[in-house]
Amino acid sequence: MSYDITEYKNTIKDTKKWLADGLSRSTGKKFLMAMTGLFLITFLMVHLFGNLLLLVNDNGISFNEYSKNMSHSKIIRVMEIFLFTGFIFHIGFGATVSIQNRLARKIPYAVIKSSETSSFFSRYMFHTGSLVFIFLLLHLNSFFIPHRVLESGLSMYESALIVFHNPLFVLFYIFAMILLSFHLMHGFQSAFQSLGIHHNKYTPSIKLLGRFFALVVPLVFAVIPVYIYFWK
Amino acid sequence: MKMNIKIWRQAFQTTRGNFQTYILENMDDNMSFLEMLDVLNEKILHEGGDPVSFSHDCREGICGSCGVVINGRVHGPLQGVTTCQIYMRHLKHYKTLVIEPWRARAFPIIKDLVTDRQAFDRILQAGGYISINTGGIPDANATPIGRHIADQAFAAASCIGCGACVAACPNASANLFVSAKISHLAFLPQGQPEKNHRVESMLKAMDKEGFGNCSNTAACEFECPKGITLKNIAKLNREYFEALFRSSLEEHPTHPHHGKGDEVAHAAFHDTHEK
Amino acid sequence: MNKLNPNTPDGNLANKWKDQLFNFKLVNPANKRKFDIIVIGCGLAGSSAAASLAELGYNIKIFTYHDSPRRAHSIAAQGGINAAKNYQNDGDNVHRLFYDTIKGGDFRSREANVHRLAEISEKIIDQCVAQGVPFARDYGGHLDNRSFGGAQVSRTFYAKGQTGQQLLLGAYGALNRQIHKKKVTVYNYHEMLDLVVIDGKAVGVVTRDLRTGEISSHAAHAIVLASGGYSNIFYLSTNAKASNATAIWRAHKKGAFFANPCFTQIHPTCIPASGHYQSKLTLMSESLRNDGRVWVPKKKNDGRYPEQIPQNERDYFLERKYPSFGNLVPRDVAARNIKEVCDEGFGVGSTGLAVYLDFEDAIKRLGEEEIESKYGNLFEMYELITGDDPFVTPMKIYPAAHYTMGGLWVDYNLMSTIPGLFVLGEANFSDHGANRLGASALMQGLADGYFVIPYTLGNYLATANVGKPDVQSPEFKEAEKSISTETGKMLASNGTTTPDEIHRKLGEIMRDYVGMARNAAGLKIANAEIQKLKQEFKNNLKISMQSENLNDSLEKAGRVKDFLELAELMAEDALQRNESCGGHFRTEYQTPEGEALRNDRKFAHVSAWEYIGKNKQHKLHIEKLKFEYIKLSSRSYK
Repeated sequence: MSYDITEYKNTIKDTKKWLADGLSRSTGKKFLMAMTGLFLITFLMVHLFGNLLLLVNDNGISFNEYSKNMSHSKIIRVMEIFLFTGFIFHIGFGATVSIQNRLARKIPYAVIKSSETSSFFSRYMFHTGSLVFIFLLLHLNSFFIPHRVLESGLSMYESALIVFHNPLFVLFYIFAMILLSFHLMHGFQSAFQSLGIHHNKYTPSIKLLGRFFALVVPLVFAVIPVYIYFWK
Repeated sequence: MKMNIKIWRQAFQTTRGNFQTYILENMDDNMSFLEMLDVLNEKILHEGGDPVSFSHDCREGICGSCGVVINGRVHGPLQGVTTCQIYMRHLKHYKTLVIEPWRARAFPIIKDLVTDRQAFDRILQAGGYISINTGGIPDANATPIGRHIADQAFAAASCIGCGACVAACPNASANLFVSAKISHLAFLPQGQPEKNHRVESMLKAMDKEGFGNCSNTAACEFECPKGITLKNIAKLNREYFEALFRSSLEEHPTHPHHGKGDEVAHAAFHDTHEK
Repeated sequence: MNKLNPNTPDGNLANKWKDQLFNFKLVNPANKRKFDIIVIGCGLAGSSAAASLAELGYNIKIFTYHDSPRRAHSIAAQGGINAAKNYQNDGDNVHRLFYDTIKGGDFRSREANVHRLAEISEKIIDQCVAQGVPFARDYGGHLDNRSFGGAQVSRTFYAKGQTGQQLLLGAYGALNRQIHKKKVTVYNYHEMLDLVVIDGKAVGVVTRDLRTGEISSHAAHAIVLASGGYSNIFYLSTNAKASNATAIWRAHKKGAFFANPCFTQIHPTCIPASGHYQSKLTLMSESLRNDGRVWVPKKKNDGRYPEQIPQNERDYFLERKYPSFGNLVPRDVAARNIKEVCDEGFGVGSTGLAVYLDFEDAIKRLGEEEIESKYGNLFEMYELITGDDPFVTPMKIYPAAHYTMGGLWVDYNLMSTIPGLFVLGEANFSDHGANRLGASALMQGLADGYFVIPYTLGNYLATANVGKPDVQSPEFKEAEKSISTETGKMLASNGTTTPDEIHRKLGEIMRDYVGMARNAAGLKIANAEIQKLKQEFKNNLKISMQSENLNDSLEKAGRVKDFLELAELMAEDALQRNESCGGHFRTEYQTPEGEALRNDRKFAHVSAWEYIGKNKQHKLHIEKLKFEYIKLSSRSYK
């Protein structure tokens, strides 16, 4: 079967048009926000599992083992690309839609009782998201960059001990986890709604699960630096 | 009952507006909110001023004309009603009423509290219908539609296009309105043939109008006078997802951008008739 | 020359329309796009006409004073739409619907028109379902019906209490499709202020853009008026606030005869007025009378709560007087009886102008859930307005002006006495005689728009040889000038009475003397009062001076001006019709039992009024009604 160049070009053209059209619509962006959001939620769970090893009382052996495996595994390397792409899309599209939303109402209401009509969490997704993003940058600066980019001599466990003995950082970490919790309070169930998953039968369960997740996961994340600060 | 009435006054779309405060006395519990505005307008007129323009027509909650924000709540403090269905007994605990028009870039203010909601019409023109000519139709009972489905279609179809969803949404998004129209037709067997194209072209039209994006805050659902639910937006999302994979790359064959001949005739019609 | 030729085709009643369709001249498909048509009004009749004509290829301009066609007052029709489908197998057929409508109209409508309406009724339902109108259905998925006043079969299709809305959205969808195809152009916020007639043919309109005050001319080969009725002449009515008679009245002044202006319908089931500020009355669908029972206490001025009044002290007066139709007697009969019991002092509520509509038995029989699914939104609406829950305490109702059977005179082809001016829906007088049955207005509006005008208008265009009209011609310029002058005059007026105040006074006059019951003495008083009010309008009007942006008071003033003139004609028509029939009840003409007493020998006709000039008496023309297929009988619902 021959495949000439014009056909190839057309395929590229059609695909580009398809994706550009489909994802440029507000509903398309919503899909992307939801998909990347759910992907990041699964990442959070994996990350949390790793962090829990910090609590194992073996002077960081299992944690270091784990982080070494993570940084050497080919699969994880590939997943990292996805992860970064996910972050970029989630943050990029989040910022884009937020700016569009701002522009959609140029003159604000003099009086508006938003708190009566929608949840606090849903209205401040951009704010909580932005602060979590700042946290993310600091977090990368503390762990990812020294280890994976600069190849510092310290083990991951040692880095964690240093960082989590800085009271300011611990406080900021806790603060960021509260924001993450807020973000997830709306984000978890919202992602399902965005993907069109809404039914009287299971939507209440999704909402409940979302609240549970938003409460527990950031809480456990936050417990770790507190534990290290006081007891390690 | 005596009240301060603070109302947004704006003479033209392009001029700046501001709040003006009026005082009204002797109001009655059973007076409707719009009747209060009538009384105010008569007073303003007698004093030689320009009465407040506000949209209203049927005054029984079905035409979708009326709509203002009263003390921070779209269509007033009750749920499931339009502005014309608010009575002064619902507002008597306020000393001051702050009355504002719908605020959204896609709904420019024409005057005072009157906004231009033609953006909705343009979205509907893009495909909010079943393409069928008059006549030559099979019997109405030829296609049974389960009561459950018919009821769901009706629930979506009861949207009155007032714009409260946009006004209430922190993002000024029109998703609830569009989703109601999409769901209504997507539920029915008659709406199936065009469903992929319909959702794509209506969303395209929606985005063109400058509405915000939906972030599932559910404020629209809370304020909708007709009880349109977020389930419709979920359905809209599913319909769109399906269309992403199933619609054709070409323009929909039943919505041609009219033949050349028609264009010429149309242009001629307007050339001769408009000055 | 008799201008009042109804142009009814010859032949057997059942074949008249079919034969007519065959005899019509057609416009060649390729030529259709050379014709421009103007449609005024975008309710059921206007939207369906514009869409259907555009589908055929004509170029349409449609005008509405609303911001969008979907605001038209058709949207507020609650109850349903009739069709002789016989889905319930209860013996309905075209002839029965025809008969019920003629009888319901008290034998003051044209047989041929009504028969055509009944024939078409079935197609309307098919059309609407195909458009996606979500009518109520049974569990098997088939269409459900309810029964309505004046009929003993269930033939009313409905969508909860929002049938008008759903039908209008269907027609609006059809219209949108044509707007998208650029076959229809919508002029919103445009009010028609004059009709332009050149060489005896209607060829254009002059409109005012309500947003900018701009006055402009639009020309076309034919004009379709579908601007609705004039119940707002009563100020308090169930019509939307903006509904008005201006379009038909100005067409009337350009030569279109006005037929039976005194035939107005007072709807029996509305929520009673609560105060002087009342701006309109809210209708509770007549369908409520299917399951609700109307009663008053047997004792005058009974101060007890309705729940405290035992069954044997209640007077179910409709069931008592009309055993076979009971609570489902036609609107005029119900309204008059309610007014009567209240006038006698049996009325309830703070004003004594109300009767109970009780659902207690229906709730017991069918359960709350069934009642909720049938009337849910009506009950909610009632509770919101009055603060009472009909599940707990009976509704209070009182009649209010609702529909006008009168309107511009049209022939069988829906053309007025001005060639090229077609009138559809409530704006014309054609199908309902002296009283309209429930759920028939939607039927008529859609029948006219979808299934009559596309053919009759085509025939006109194919035969009338109308030239391409030109908006630069002197007739257009003159009309523009006169409208500008008139508007300017109103804007310059500097009196003390607002249009609403004048309108309210007019409403009171109409309610007291030209309402549910009229008599010669009262009608003469009405005329004198209207003259005074006209002077007041002329000399002492107060409106806002804004001329280049929205000005409600100016719009209202123009409409009130026309209402004042129409009111005069209504009173005159009522005075001239020395009989009682349908909605027109002259107290001098009643049976010993207090029922309407018709005079078929003298008044089995349509009174069509010709405008012959300012300050001149209207000239009366008579169209005799011939009843060949129905024997005139006394209308009895006993």
